Amino acid sequence: MRNTFADTFYEAAKTDPRLCVVVADISPAGSMEKFRREFPRRFVNTGVAEQIMIGMCAGMAMRGLRPFAYTIATFALFRPYEFIRDDLCYQDLPVTVVGVGGGVTYSTLGGTHHAMEDVALASALPNMRVIAPCDPEEAKAATLWCIGQEEGPVYLRLGKAGEPVITGKASQPFEFGKVRMIRDGRDALILGYGPTLKMGVDAAMALEAKGVSVAVASVHTLKPLDRAGIAALLARFSKVVVLEEMVPQGGLSDAVKGIAWEWGARCKLECMSLKHEFIHVYGSHGDLLAAHGIAPQRLADLVQR
Amino acid sequence: MSANPRVENPSFDAAAARRRCLRYRKRILDVSQRVGALHIAPAFSCLEMTDVIYHALLRPQLDVFLMSKGHGCMSQYVILEDLGIMPTEEIERYCTPQGILGAHPDRGNPGIEASTGSLGHGLGMGVGMAHAEKLKETGARIHVVLSDGELQEGSTWEAAQMAANLALDNLILFVDLNDFGGLERISEAHPAVFPVLAKLDAFGWEAVEVNGHDAAAVYGAVAGRRGRRPFALVGRTVKGRGVAFMEHVPIWHYRSPNKEEYAVALRDLTEISS
Repeated sequence: MRNTFADTFYEAAKTDPRLCVVVADISPAGSMEKFRREFPRRFVNTGVAEQIMIGMCAGMAMRGLRPFAYTIATFALFRPYEFIRDDLCYQDLPVTVVGVGGGVTYSTLGGTHHAMEDVALASALPNMRVIAPCDPEEAKAATLWCIGQEEGPVYLRLGKAGEPVITGKASQPFEFGKVRMIRDGRDALILGYGPTLKMGVDAAMALEAKGVSVAVASVHTLKPLDRAGIAALLARFSKVVVLEEMVPQGGLSDAVKGIAWEWGARCKLECMSLKHEFIHVYGSHGDLLAAHGIAPQRLADLVQR
Repeated sequence: MSANPRVENPSFDAAAARRRCLRYRKRILDVSQRVGALHIAPAFSCLEMTDVIYHALLRPQLDVFLMSKGHGCMSQYVILEDLGIMPTEEIERYCTPQGILGAHPDRGNPGIEASTGSLGHGLGMGVGMAHAEKLKETGARIHVVLSDGELQEGSTWEAAQMAANLALDNLILFVDLNDFGGLERISEAHPAVFPVLAKLDAFGWEAVEVNGHDAAAVYGAVAGRRGRRPFALVGRTVKGRGVAFMEHVPIWHYRSPNKEEYAVALRDLTEISS
């Protein structure tokens, strides 16, 4: 995902001299090396200093550039939060804050590196838009959207490198602000975002073998949320499961429950998210998700319950 | 670190600056009579520096001024009014629902480049602006007025480092060293904030210290900078300068004078020579 971001950004930067990157000294920024070599002055590394990463982006945007701040999600969003609020959101500047490793992606690095609350915190900010693509293809489309928009700040939540493509057979293209069906079905729907949605696709395939037809939709744009689109899906399916790699508060789970209430949805609704706890477990990304209760079998059970 | 290189510039009219600043102080006191609070003292301490920026340094349509110490914005508002940029009716409607001006500057208001108020944000934005102007090769300079309280914010030093790393010789910082935070005297409560000049120098800046109420000295130091590094003018100032009973008294950080105090303040005001 981050390589897709880097390649997409590099290609666009060749023709748009306003595009710049401000990173805060993280190794994943190595994927930006091609851009850095070709446009050394448009690549700024502030070092381990995230407040100035955001402050510089604000100043650059105020003088007509289109900067992207780029670092690990916890440091992109949590550390300089008030700078994102005041400099970017209050002033409504076209800056994209890219958080790599959203959720518990960095599964061996401990809680300091887990962005478990990022979608909720980013969504709470007026003027901020929030996008969390589920695979490299969607990351490319989302990146292009961020590059093309002039209106205001965006939080772009990415995973890491090497995620599989799960939107290859999607009948609908990525459209900012619209929920996107990436696999259709009849009996149940899994709604989610980010790389964790792969678990939803896997569950749908496994259940298909048992004769259960499960649809999967990517809610890549978490803010503004496609409330009407989600309401229509709640009306269409008798069973809906929300899957998200985020704490239970302030994310898609809460939002879908709110939509269900407002629109009088009749479907059964289940939510699967990270626990609202710091968990001291180290291992693979899957191990961490499982420790939080996000696991393929449990997902399949929820879909069928 | 240069030792106060006072560059005499015959084009800078110090007497005119003194007359203007007397007028601005009166105007700020006038406005204070219509609102409960207005940050008089912090505006008075940076008034001469802000005056020099607007009247002698900013090149129209090119350079940028950013008030990092947002609570000093009354000084900026009255100068913008004097320049015909800020409508007088907006000064009259200051801090009312009918107006657009509050006690901190908002981006988008006439002559206001950045929304500040939360301390420690302005220099970082200034660094981004200066870097952008370098990339665009416009030759524009960015001027930032910073409070000494903001020297306590870590973000200010993140910005100071990056300004030097990027060799932003188009960035000019004015530190309003009035030695008061909102609560108490900084040199007593937080002596390690000092020495300021040596810190900026160690961070890779060209830094000069002058009397911040001596407009000619402020102008001379900036005009005489070597200009290969980001430049900091450290202005020794007095919080509340111009009204004797407000000088060095923390309560005037925020309070507006009552009628009697206002009358005394007006009587007190004289041109400040240095």
